[in-house]
Amino acid sequence: MTQITEVVDVAPRPAPPTSGVAKEADIKYYTASQFQLMWWKFRKHRLALVGTVILAIFVFIALFAEFLSPYAPGSRTPNYLFGRPQVLHFTDAEGNFHLRPFTYALAAAMDPETFLLEVKEDTSDPWPVYFFVRGDPYKMWGVIESDIHLFGVEEGHLHLLGTDQLGRDLLSRLLHATRTSLTIGVVGLFISFFLGLIIGGISGFFGGTIDDVIQRFIEFIRSIPTLPLWMALAAALPREWSPQRVYFTITILLGLLGWTHLARRVRGKLLSLREEDFVVAARLAGSSNTRIIARHLLPSFLSYIIVDLSISFPYMILAETSLSFIGLGLRAPVISWGVLLQNAQNIQAIALYPWLFTPVAFVIISVMAFSFVGDGMRDAADPYSR
Amino acid sequence: MAKFVIQRFIIMLLMLAALSLIVFITIELPPGDYADRRALHLRSAGVTVTSADVISLRHTLGLDRPWYVRYLNWVSNIVLRGNFGQSFSLHLPVTEVLAQRAGLTVMLAVATIIFTYGLAIPIGIYSAIRQYSLGDYGATIVGYFGMATPSFMLALILLYISVMVFDTSVGGLFSSEYAEASWSWGKFVDLLRHLWVPALVLGLAGTAFEIRTMRATLLDEKNKLYVTAARAKGLPEWKLLMKYPVRVALNPIVSTIGWELTAIIAGAPLVSFVLALPDTGPLFLTALLDQDTYLSGAILLMYAALTILGTFLSDVLLAMLDPRIRYGERI
Repeated sequence: MTQITEVVDVAPRPAPPTSGVAKEADIKYYTASQFQLMWWKFRKHRLALVGTVILAIFVFIALFAEFLSPYAPGSRTPNYLFGRPQVLHFTDAEGNFHLRPFTYALAAAMDPETFLLEVKEDTSDPWPVYFFVRGDPYKMWGVIESDIHLFGVEEGHLHLLGTDQLGRDLLSRLLHATRTSLTIGVVGLFISFFLGLIIGGISGFFGGTIDDVIQRFIEFIRSIPTLPLWMALAAALPREWSPQRVYFTITILLGLLGWTHLARRVRGKLLSLREEDFVVAARLAGSSNTRIIARHLLPSFLSYIIVDLSISFPYMILAETSLSFIGLGLRAPVISWGVLLQNAQNIQAIALYPWLFTPVAFVIISVMAFSFVGDGMRDAADPYSR
Repeated sequence: MAKFVIQRFIIMLLMLAALSLIVFITIELPPGDYADRRALHLRSAGVTVTSADVISLRHTLGLDRPWYVRYLNWVSNIVLRGNFGQSFSLHLPVTEVLAQRAGLTVMLAVATIIFTYGLAIPIGIYSAIRQYSLGDYGATIVGYFGMATPSFMLALILLYISVMVFDTSVGGLFSSEYAEASWSWGKFVDLLRHLWVPALVLGLAGTAFEIRTMRATLLDEKNKLYVTAARAKGLPEWKLLMKYPVRVALNPIVSTIGWELTAIIAGAPLVSFVLALPDTGPLFLTALLDQDTYLSGAILLMYAALTILGTFLSDVLLAMLDPRIRYGERI
């Protein structure tokens, strides 16, 4: 019976060979492993591929933030507070082309006719930009000590995204913030993952009263508006805690409240799977509960769990960003996207220093990339569908 | 039907009772209390505060009693007298503080819900009947953007655009002439003029999600045999669509009103904060930071109550739409 439905389910397979000789593509299709099938299906989803590339770039940034950023996140250019983004030039004032890009100092001067402040480039003194420049010393991953940065200037300063109120380079801070924001997401996700897996597993595998109690509990948790609750919990953290400790606690908090969705999914899958013949067979053969769960049930819905994780990842990042944005989450010197956005809270900042707004672009791009990848993975999770 | 509604109503009350406890515990979590905060505040202003003063202040405010006594007091006052306690920092009863602001929050939530469904259902239907048309693609793209952008960032972006391009600010809920005025028809119209911005900001993510749900369900339904049968009988296309597949496709939409409301309530404090709306959002934040327990507790409880009410309403609506649910049948 199961055997037959299995075959019927394989919908998109190529038409059965009529000539009697199977084509090479057909053989490839029928002998492919499940993950190969998933990959083939995922590949068809263009946006998901784009999303994957973007995410890879983000991960790369998170790994090598110190090397990629031209300055240390705390290093200041004292004479360039709230500095505008500098522009890279290839042609100088005389119109000559240079292969090596350079930038100019920006100085504000009063226009003698209109009495308005005008920011002008001082074209008399170009600052050439070099690769692998020695700059602020850093210790990557707490191990590799170095002072070489991917790019930078040897004289003057280079702030491609401008500076904040203390004259700190926004690009460097943004790259470092990417690391914080991504790690918070990953760690929070892991906590949610284990909670969801265990609680959902218990609920689905044992059923009955336990299931009822857990389900009511989940419904209850889901009826609480999350962000206000997070705000209340985050406000409960003692103010004298070190920023690192707050960082750690906030991560756990986000993880503790995000598991309900996954638990539901695990339960639903378990409830439908545990009646399947292969589970009954395993039980008759004398397998223990743990073995049945780990060896037979888990692999059959692992792909769905991965999909759910990739979909809930953006929510973690957004929750952290929101909390830090209103000043209840992470605090300096820890830098995250939300912490950076604290500078862009009011209209004055937006009107006068619009470059402080760039972290928004990072957040939106990363979240969209994750939704695309999540969509692609959801389609690919069941390679036999449609 | 009546039995179903009563049953749901009792569950709602039970949830509310449990929530009030959770809310109280959460609000009580921070170490120290308002007396400490007040003493700190006074000391930083240069006033000498002895520890005896702190203890006496704590006693006056009733903060030296154990938490469960205070909880029972709080809850029984709410239930029996409609008294939500006293706001420490504002020296006013919480009900008085919230009277105006809570109304605005509720209005904002209702406006957003109307906005969300008023847009999502027609656009979803359109996307499904004209699949792969230009409008369908447009809705999909806006949907992706809307779902990826958290509401407070959308608010920031709108602020940015309004300041940079139009040279005005979209913040606030009233024009300056009406801000201090008492309620009148003119003020109400003025409110509606301002309300669409936060409603748009808060509702975009939900709208995007509901459009996708509506589109997907309707696409499934409109190819089913009962539609073909009705068409074969000669029903006009419009009537046929509205009477059968759309009605079925409304089910998942209606059942998510509760979640939608939860999401709106959750996003609202931040959006009000960014857009400087005079509702409960900014108040909630300051109350949390000041450890103004009863005020922040009342606001959090109000948020929770609104979402539970939303779930209750969507349950009842769903039962009206789909008779199978009323009789406890699993679908």
